[in-house]
Amino acid sequence: MSIPATEFASRFPDLSRQMRVDQVGVEERVARFCKRSIKNQSKVQALSMALSMIDLTTLEGQDTPGKVRQLCQKALHLHDQLPGLPHVAAVCVYPTMVAVARQALAGHDIKVASVATAFPSGQSPLAAKLADIKMAVDSGADEIDMVISRSAFLQGNYARVFDEIGAVKEECGSAHLKVILETGELGTLDRVRRASVIAMHAGADFIKTSTGKIQPAATMPVTLVMLQAIRDFYYETDRLVGMKPAGGISKSKQAIQYLVMLREVLGERWLTPELFRFGASSLANDVLMQLQKQATGVYQSPDYFSKD
Amino acid sequence: MVRELGKLDFKGTWQYAAAPESTDHVQLGDRYDLFIDGDFVAPAAGKYFDTISPSTEKVLASVALSSNVDVDRAVKAARGACRVWGRMKPAERGKYIYRIARIIQERAREFAVIESMDGGKPIRESRDVDLPLVAAHFFYYAGWADKLEYAFPGKRPAPLGVAGQIIPWNFPLLMAAWKIAPALACGNTVVLKPAETTPLTALKLAEVIRDADVPPGVVNIVTGAGETGAAIVEHSDVDKIAFTGSTDVGRQIQKALAGTAKKYTLELGGKAANIIFEDAAIDQAVEGIVDGIFFNQGHVCCAGSRLLVQESVADEVLGKLKDRMETLIVGDPLDKNTDIGAINSPRQLEKIESYLALGRTEGAEMYQSSVAVPDTGYWCRPTLFTGVSQSNRVVQEEIFGPVLAVQTFRTMAEGIDKANNTPYGLSGGVWTDKGAKIFHMTQKIRAGVIWANTFNKFDPTSPFGGYKESGVGREGGLHGLDAYLSLG
Repeated sequence: MSIPATEFASRFPDLSRQMRVDQVGVEERVARFCKRSIKNQSKVQALSMALSMIDLTTLEGQDTPGKVRQLCQKALHLHDQLPGLPHVAAVCVYPTMVAVARQALAGHDIKVASVATAFPSGQSPLAAKLADIKMAVDSGADEIDMVISRSAFLQGNYARVFDEIGAVKEECGSAHLKVILETGELGTLDRVRRASVIAMHAGADFIKTSTGKIQPAATMPVTLVMLQAIRDFYYETDRLVGMKPAGGISKSKQAIQYLVMLREVLGERWLTPELFRFGASSLANDVLMQLQKQATGVYQSPDYFSKD
Repeated sequence: MVRELGKLDFKGTWQYAAAPESTDHVQLGDRYDLFIDGDFVAPAAGKYFDTISPSTEKVLASVALSSNVDVDRAVKAARGACRVWGRMKPAERGKYIYRIARIIQERAREFAVIESMDGGKPIRESRDVDLPLVAAHFFYYAGWADKLEYAFPGKRPAPLGVAGQIIPWNFPLLMAAWKIAPALACGNTVVLKPAETTPLTALKLAEVIRDADVPPGVVNIVTGAGETGAAIVEHSDVDKIAFTGSTDVGRQIQKALAGTAKKYTLELGGKAANIIFEDAAIDQAVEGIVDGIFFNQGHVCCAGSRLLVQESVADEVLGKLKDRMETLIVGDPLDKNTDIGAINSPRQLEKIESYLALGRTEGAEMYQSSVAVPDTGYWCRPTLFTGVSQSNRVVQEEIFGPVLAVQTFRTMAEGIDKANNTPYGLSGGVWTDKGAKIFHMTQKIRAGVIWANTFNKFDPTSPFGGYKESGVGREGGLHGLDAYLSLG
């Protein structure tokens, strides 16, 4: 699904044409998504879909190869007691851990994603950011999660934000590029929309809400605005850009609400891990617990689900 | 730059399973009598008619058909109760109204389900819009009961006496609340006639009123069709008529009342303009269009049934609207995921369909979403008419269904002209990011309520009513008290 930079002519967007966002209206729309009642087979389907879209993530200062290997094992064996489960989409780690993850996942089609570009603050010179990416890509990362320079964005220097993403995209080569907007630092939904548009025009394969290090992380209103930006970009260019809400989604019920929103804003084509991810780790176990409940009719103790 | 709008794919493998609201807790009788003088009594002529569910076409209950004799009996009961109710300490009256409000809150789920069964509206709306507003209206007017002197400083407000109230089928219980709550708060007694296709929640409300120990005769509910309504209007001992319904019937009522001392308020039809400027938040405006015309199957007098969109964004708005329409679920009103329920009656469906035919005959382009509708029951897919102008009848006349006429305008002046170029003037919508533009538009548009960057929002504190052929008088808020008082 990744479109090589050569095929897509990145072009600084005409921001004067970009749409306004009304926060009250956005919140009302979100409330309406949350009223959808997802039951029985459609719930099982949604839960299974949610599992397949999870990027299991560990992004801590205390990460070690041992911890990363544990996470990869979890990714491969979510809950073998329940047959027929999909595996998660990817494991997301720091660049220094990419090689470990690559090795642990060798022979499987779980992707290795790596944050880069001076994650999470983005406060480093471009050369350092690019070196960060090179390290991750060379170690075998399939996907790169970069952060935009909020510093430049908040100064109104949109061209710099755009150029940086372009440079990163080039450095990524064939690796997928997810662009983290860190919406919790942008302040308004209008800015979320603007940042989304800049990122997509600069070549993002995915746009992503948050690093998970800043509160608020992903919220439904923010995600809705980004989904609508993706839809408009698709109308305009025929390119399908993916979406990744990250941080703060830990319950199955929330995940289903996000999927309802995804389905009703972007439609069927986006209901795939190729184009939608959850950046969440604790979500997996809650989804598993719900699936087990759907299968057996009773909830099991959290102790029956592995915590890695 | 926009290439091809309306091309997203909403069909596919993940569809929502049925999520029906349970009806186990609903207590519906087979037969309902008239509620007169605190009791359910059989109609004098012994005649009954059926009320059916428009989504299943099944009979829900049979309901008494009132004759002139029954109406007379109800008015006499109401007149008798004036002595008790009109002279009661206002704070005491307030207590009874509060009690009604609380019982309704407690039984909200049951009422919501019956409203959806009898009227066809989606449970999402009856549960989240109708019932909360019903309770809010009773709470709000209960608070006014002992403060009427403060509402009209320097005056001596006194009740009018007996209020005859005739309500429509689109918001059966909510309209009953709009009528009954202010009337009671002001010390009047009531003879209320619900619409013939949706009498059940009003009759359940009668049970609530009885359970609240409201003195006998203060509220009387008579069921029947147009003749019953006419009998109320023409009854010589009624002091005030409150009517919500079509402009045609409103005219007949006004004629019948000419030369009498009866006060009246009429809340009639509408053909509201929902005006989208190029600087609006387009995605939210699209949602506002949906809320404006597809809310309650478009059976809303203040529906935004004319879309006026600035030409520079017209293609974008329409494309997005079409995509949004594909996600609207039409079907079982009791399913929690239903967005658009059943058309209220075969008669109304026939009327809507005649307009669909007329629109096409007039040369308009019709667009409907591809949603599947059930085989039994009365349904209409969400519909757009494009390529229409002020001279098209689908632009001029109230259709009262999920049918939107789409027009464009170029300048603000043209938008205002088109918005006002209608005999109606009940409501309107303005969508723009610019505050100054909102204020300008609200001053220029001749309509009783104008929403800015939202649509179809209601609150008991806010007056509601029409200009021109949309009606006479105001309901709701402090203005709503005025209609039920004589101010000596």
